[in-house]
Amino acid sequence: MRVAVVIVLLVIGSVAFHFLSPWWMTPIASNWGELDNALIITFWVCGAVFIALNLFLAYSVYKFRHRKGSKATYEPENDALEGRLTFWTAIGIVIMLAPGLIAWNKYITVPDDAIVVEAVGQQWQWSFRFPGEDGVLGAVATEHIGPDNPFGLNPGDPWGTDDILVAEGELHLPLDQPVKIVLRSNDVLHNFYVPQFRAKMDLVPGTYTYIWLTPTRTGEFEILCAEYCGRSHYNMRGLVVVDEMPAFEEWLSEFPRFGQSNVAAAATGAP
Amino acid sequence: MTTYTTIAEDTRPLHHPKTWVGKYVWSQDHKVIAIQYSLTAVGVGLVALVLSGLMRMQLAFPGMLEFITPDAYYQFVTMHGMIMVIYLLTALLLGGFGNYMIPLMIGARDMVFPFVNMLSYWVYLLSVIVLMASFFVPGGPTGAGWTLYPPQAITEGTPGAGWGIIMMLASLAIFIVAFTMGGLNYVTTVLQARTKGMTLMRMPCTIWGIFVATILGLLAFPALFVAAIMMTLDNTIGTSFFMPAIISGGAALDHSGGSPILFQHLFWFFGHPEVYIVALPAFGIVSDLISTHARKNIFGYRMMVWAIIIIGGLSFIVWAHHMYVSGMNPYFGFFFATSTLIIAVPTAIKVYNWVLTLWRGDIHLRVPMLFAIGFIFTFIHGGLTGLFLGNVSVDVPLSDTYFVIGHFHMVMGVSPIMVVFGAIYHWYPKITGRMWNTMLGQAHFWITFLGVYAIYLPMHYLGFLGVPRRYYEMGDTAFLPESVHDANVGITIAALTVGAAQLIFFYNLIYSYFKGPKADPNPWGATTLEWQTPDTPPAHGNWGPELPKVYRWAYDYSVPGAARDFIPQTTPPGPDEKPHEH
Repeated sequence: MRVAVVIVLLVIGSVAFHFLSPWWMTPIASNWGELDNALIITFWVCGAVFIALNLFLAYSVYKFRHRKGSKATYEPENDALEGRLTFWTAIGIVIMLAPGLIAWNKYITVPDDAIVVEAVGQQWQWSFRFPGEDGVLGAVATEHIGPDNPFGLNPGDPWGTDDILVAEGELHLPLDQPVKIVLRSNDVLHNFYVPQFRAKMDLVPGTYTYIWLTPTRTGEFEILCAEYCGRSHYNMRGLVVVDEMPAFEEWLSEFPRFGQSNVAAAATGAP
Repeated sequence: MTTYTTIAEDTRPLHHPKTWVGKYVWSQDHKVIAIQYSLTAVGVGLVALVLSGLMRMQLAFPGMLEFITPDAYYQFVTMHGMIMVIYLLTALLLGGFGNYMIPLMIGARDMVFPFVNMLSYWVYLLSVIVLMASFFVPGGPTGAGWTLYPPQAITEGTPGAGWGIIMMLASLAIFIVAFTMGGLNYVTTVLQARTKGMTLMRMPCTIWGIFVATILGLLAFPALFVAAIMMTLDNTIGTSFFMPAIISGGAALDHSGGSPILFQHLFWFFGHPEVYIVALPAFGIVSDLISTHARKNIFGYRMMVWAIIIIGGLSFIVWAHHMYVSGMNPYFGFFFATSTLIIAVPTAIKVYNWVLTLWRGDIHLRVPMLFAIGFIFTFIHGGLTGLFLGNVSVDVPLSDTYFVIGHFHMVMGVSPIMVVFGAIYHWYPKITGRMWNTMLGQAHFWITFLGVYAIYLPMHYLGFLGVPRRYYEMGDTAFLPESVHDANVGITIAALTVGAAQLIFFYNLIYSYFKGPKADPNPWGATTLEWQTPDTPPAHGNWGPELPKVYRWAYDYSVPGAARDFIPQTTPPGPDEKPHEH
């Protein structure tokens, strides 16, 4: 009896908690509204099922609680009912899965007009690299990493000469411009996560991964590492600043090219 | 010469020990081994419970306890997770309940390999000792997170990257040896040692759950075993299975060409079935608790059995839903999201059938039933949030946030533990011959049930907000309102309350063991064989001179025309009766 009442109260309490709690998704700052929509569809389908099943549970417990002389019904199987329940469950699953898969297809398909920037993780800081005018990031390898070459660019690769090196944890991105963020790690797994962008992906040493997004409002957004990466994981922060295009270009122009570095100069034999 | 119709009937392997040590230490009796497994698992589980309390203290009151440094925090996180999943839940549900219930519920005298069964426990104990010893090695236990992802698990930026990780991997390998010995026993016993009349489709759901879970374990643990061996080799003799060329502490390591993602595939090929290794026994047990205390047959028994088998099968093709944002080939996402959401169908059937068992039942709200209802509520919650994380693009914003913590604690922490508590209260009178105190049992239920919801419901919302998991402290994070800190304080208070409430449980069990009233041999009026033993607690060999014979399925409750509201499986059908068959 009491437990039936408490189940009802927990359902009511959960719904009230949803509407009263101050915690919900941060205001979005990228094109990934579809991820939010898929989440919200899932939320309402699951929320309705949560309410319906638990109220039915509470009602059953209340109505069929033991009283003097009460007796249970004997009903081993009911195939027709089980069939109907299976069917409607499958329909609910399709309603949730379809928008999820459609959004995922878009999530992994980078548009042609996206600019490229590389985000590099190394315990426990972020740095960034733009490909320069040629639009191509120069080749890198762990063996080239050194005090003069923190990005590990191959000095012999001409594509790397015009790469712009942002050796600090603040990245600027232009507003309304699709950007493919190539992710690379020099040591362990990390994860590039900006809550307002929704997008997220691990950085995996030994290979490249990517996400893409279009920033849709200006402002400063924190980068948090979202894949455990050792004792200072919680301190591996960075910042994304979304600017209007002119401000972005001005910011970018302040950073050196790889060709200006000592390593590159030594490799080409230039003075 | 005597011939035996079943292995279980053969009493020759039953060596009756004469000494106390032979009976209770080097015991080959499945019931004693079950108790040994359970006490060890609960003991080590208490360590993990204390660790979670310490973690919660740090999250609510950062810096208040000075010994909780970032290193210590991550070590607590890691040990808490690994202990709870492997050394508590797996060991308790299979080594504990599996050992106790299989021979009794199928009408056997013991496991078919009693000596191997004994070894299984002692090897398990060794794995626990190695694990606990890692608290005392130089550098302390590993702080790699329970998933032990390389490269960080074995590089110096992670606490315990020297000794700790070696101890952890060694302990896991030893555990798997122990599990394999026990698991082969459970499967063989179920297949070979059922008593006369106990067909597979007359087995109680408890046995079905344990049986299928054990098969999953036998197929899944080898993946973890090889992963542990390979990582040990990477760590000690410099192979590069999981290690690409990387920098650590400013210098290049002598590795190249390995794949960190390969480890994740191996880990989750084990890790996802592991969820069901814990869940399926709980599903089975709770079905029997609900049926018994609602005085009604489990609704749709045949569907329930098939759902267990189908869930078990599907659990091997969903593992990469833990890896949507791991950097694996993104096209895998389509397949694994689809297979994951398909698994929701048989799981939902099970939930419907539990509730439909209550419908038109005669529900006795005894403590085991309260926990069963608590299980249904928490499992509905945890199951539904799984649909968020299983659906690939919905997972993207939620992955690695507090939503994940809330989800998996509800679905594979709280809900199986609800069943474990319910099952302990349910079978305690048979195991000890004494009855527990009802008021204390109810107090334990209410504090635990309401407390866990207060802990985990807010975590889902912190996850929606974007609070990342595995953070020692949030520090100054612009997008987080001050109220997040209040949530952490509230969660910690609830967690410490729930933790402390477990003292009521232990007090009740220990006090009742010595001072509780003598229990009836079948206090709940249950149909299954374990309640029909000649002795309570059952003696060595379980059944006296004659094995029981089974004439009907396990769910003849409230059969129309019957004298009582249950008919034990051992009761032959009356002259006009046609028992329910599948």
